[in-house]
Amino acid sequence: MKVLLAGGALAVMIWGTAGAQGLDMGALRPDSGAIARARADSLKRPYTAADIAFMSGMISHHAQAIAMSRWAPTHGASDGVLRLTERIINAQTDEIRIMQTWLLDRNQPVPPADPGGMQMTMGPMQHTMLMPGMLTEEQMRQLDAARGGEFDRLFLTFMIQHHNGALTMVKQLYSHPGAGQDELVWKFSNDVNVDQTTEIARMQRMLVSLTLGIRTP
Amino acid sequence: MMQRLISIAARMLSAALVVAGLGTLTSSASAQAGSAPDPRVGLRAGKWDAGEAAWNLRVVSSTKPSEKFVDGINSDLTFLDNYVIQGNFNGFQVWDISDPAHPVLKTNYYCPASQSDVSVYKTLLVVSAESGSSRLDCGSQGIRDTVSQERIRGIRIFDISNIESPRYIGNVQTCRGSHTHSLLVDPKDQENVYVYISGSAGLRSPTELSGCVDESPDKNPNSPLMRLEVIKIPLAHPERAAIVSSPRVFENLKPIKSHADAPEDIAAREKAVAEAKARGQFTAQIFGAERALSPNFTGPMLDSIVKSRNGAGSPTAADSAALRAALPDIIAKMMGPEQDRMTYMQCHDITLYPGIGRAGGACEGFGFLMDISNPTQPIRLDAVTDSNFSYWHSATFNNDGTKILFSDEWGGGGAPKCRDTDKREWGADALFAIENGKMVFQSYYKLPAAQTTLENCVAHNGSLIPIPGRDVMVQGWYQGGISVFDWTDAKHPMEIAFHDRGPLDPNRMVMAGSWSVYWYNGVMVSSEIARGLDIFELTPSRYLSQNEIDAAKSVRLDHLNAQDQPKFVWPASFSLSRAYLDQLERSSGLSAARITAVRNELAGAEKATGAARRTVLNRLAGQLDADARSSSDGAKVRKLAASVRELAG
Repeated sequence: MKVLLAGGALAVMIWGTAGAQGLDMGALRPDSGAIARARADSLKRPYTAADIAFMSGMISHHAQAIAMSRWAPTHGASDGVLRLTERIINAQTDEIRIMQTWLLDRNQPVPPADPGGMQMTMGPMQHTMLMPGMLTEEQMRQLDAARGGEFDRLFLTFMIQHHNGALTMVKQLYSHPGAGQDELVWKFSNDVNVDQTTEIARMQRMLVSLTLGIRTP
Repeated sequence: MMQRLISIAARMLSAALVVAGLGTLTSSASAQAGSAPDPRVGLRAGKWDAGEAAWNLRVVSSTKPSEKFVDGINSDLTFLDNYVIQGNFNGFQVWDISDPAHPVLKTNYYCPASQSDVSVYKTLLVVSAESGSSRLDCGSQGIRDTVSQERIRGIRIFDISNIESPRYIGNVQTCRGSHTHSLLVDPKDQENVYVYISGSAGLRSPTELSGCVDESPDKNPNSPLMRLEVIKIPLAHPERAAIVSSPRVFENLKPIKSHADAPEDIAAREKAVAEAKARGQFTAQIFGAERALSPNFTGPMLDSIVKSRNGAGSPTAADSAALRAALPDIIAKMMGPEQDRMTYMQCHDITLYPGIGRAGGACEGFGFLMDISNPTQPIRLDAVTDSNFSYWHSATFNNDGTKILFSDEWGGGGAPKCRDTDKREWGADALFAIENGKMVFQSYYKLPAAQTTLENCVAHNGSLIPIPGRDVMVQGWYQGGISVFDWTDAKHPMEIAFHDRGPLDPNRMVMAGSWSVYWYNGVMVSSEIARGLDIFELTPSRYLSQNEIDAAKSVRLDHLNAQDQPKFVWPASFSLSRAYLDQLERSSGLSAARITAVRNELAGAEKATGAARRTVLNRLAGQLDADARSSSDGAKVRKLAASVRELAG
């Protein structure tokens, strides 16, 4: 799962297509001062291929969570699920920017925020990879077709699966020697870990409440 | 039958449920109401020359980090005598702030670890180490191996009897490291201090530290998950510090609600249950309270009971009774062990308030109130949730211990969560009254000025300011700056002073801003992540009088760890009595004529000495006792009377 393309120009070029392929994240510019700082940091404690894979793969993972969440208002989600989805959109949009900036500062390719999975280039081959926990096309269709209480139930079930996948990605990251020595990767991966753990517990409780028909104020 | 009902219940958890969806989108409650332009909006960006805005306070000094720390990240603060110790991801710096206008660097101890959260007790300094790159030998090169005996994740202990030359004397290793910690001085124990650790990062390998197994407590009673670590440091032998208990405070927690229970929520829930019962619906104890169950859930079970006796038609009273008897077991089995759902749960930060025997735990999805009468065995008294809260980060009690404030570090501090598009109740403080050991929601407080996308901003660390008779707090909001606010009326918190700078960088968001700001012996000291150490002083305004500020300055501490909250006691002084009097003027608790008369009496007493002063003060105290009986703010007048009587000696 390594995409190691060389050169900043290519990175920017790939970024240029992001708007068309995925979510529109607004402009992001390389910054020579920040690149110099990142370089100095990595001389001290170098980042690894596992760090790059994590910061790249989580972009499409987040993009899918945002795409799922954006259906809530039009699919009759309850107030509780609406509040949850608004916050997922807000939080994960900011986090995509953190990952893109980290990659850009290190002259790494910045994959588009593509909810369909991560585009992988292996020599001449191009294929799409779903990161752990990401919904299949069939699951996405199922969710898109659901309305009201059924949308709530499916959304919570699928987002728990999705978040659990993010936790798996963090675990996988730290199974690699040298991973997370970079301060930003350490902080970001731990934030993902605790935020999504907290949110899973919240969604599981929402799902139980939904099933039992308990109303919460 | 039981098995059958449980299988119906289980099926329902995975099957579609027709629940009426409320398809309405709640209005985006962006309460950024149109008011006068806030001077914090539009400040120029810059590291050392950013635009600044200040209101009701002044900048006493701004000091850049020392050379080895200039690229580090400044973190939390602790105070000892005339020193402030500033944690940094590269180690810690000790500043002498005897002259707050000119802090003097005494030591910069290079020893990298995140987050380098710091606490002191007499000659000991405790520093948190969490990240996998932290080394026992304080090296900067990190550790590439996933298992290594060179790694420190836990706490470091330093002897600072000579503060200019700290001695690294010991460590306590833990499974998840120490993101923050709280040092507890037990009033009943002179020989030890305790440290509560809250680790939120991933588990280290059991090969690196034995016992760090990734198994939930119901499978492994020694599981390192879902527990606090309590470390005892023997003062005679601090190098022998060790974990003495690992209390589990996370069991049997409550459900998520739209916001925590306010009195009207409790009443609404009880009413809903009563109405549901009147309609013949079933109820059950779920998440710690009685709740009505949907007929969609119980209907199929009743049908199943009817079928099981080969009956037909409507269920009888006996069928209902059978279901009612079986429900508790069905629900317990359906929900499974509580641990399964929160195996990884930890507290981010715990604020200990030994003066009242309580602690406030900010624990990921929950806010806890705990009894810490026995420091090694904290007991959870109450837990609150709030669907507006993303991540319960830290807690502060008011001085009386009748209220508690929790902050939500939504986005982890590295994201701009104070934009005008971010909701006012997200990434904010939630204020609670403590009534009979329960926390009752009052309101939210969020930095009132919208920040840019270039500024990481969310509720972060702060402390009470000892304004007598009021609950006033100063809090850091990262690049949102610092905000001083009054939460005496917890339903209507109000900002009374602030300081803010423009973004660190004009083009992109770079981590900066106030990590924490604490009141210590007359000044507010802020740890600016990128820019260094800021010291502020309150200035009088219509919201805060000079007498109130002077009374706050009369409270002197010999040390301060903000997570070991001290109970403020105000020495008798003319400032203290005048501060209460100023407050009575503001609240019209005494007539204008009485305010003037009492002021004159106090002025006269101050000029007098010895027996003459005592006579005036005792007579005044007696008059104030009488005033209290007819005042609309009798409690405050009694405080004033008591302060005057104490001044008489």
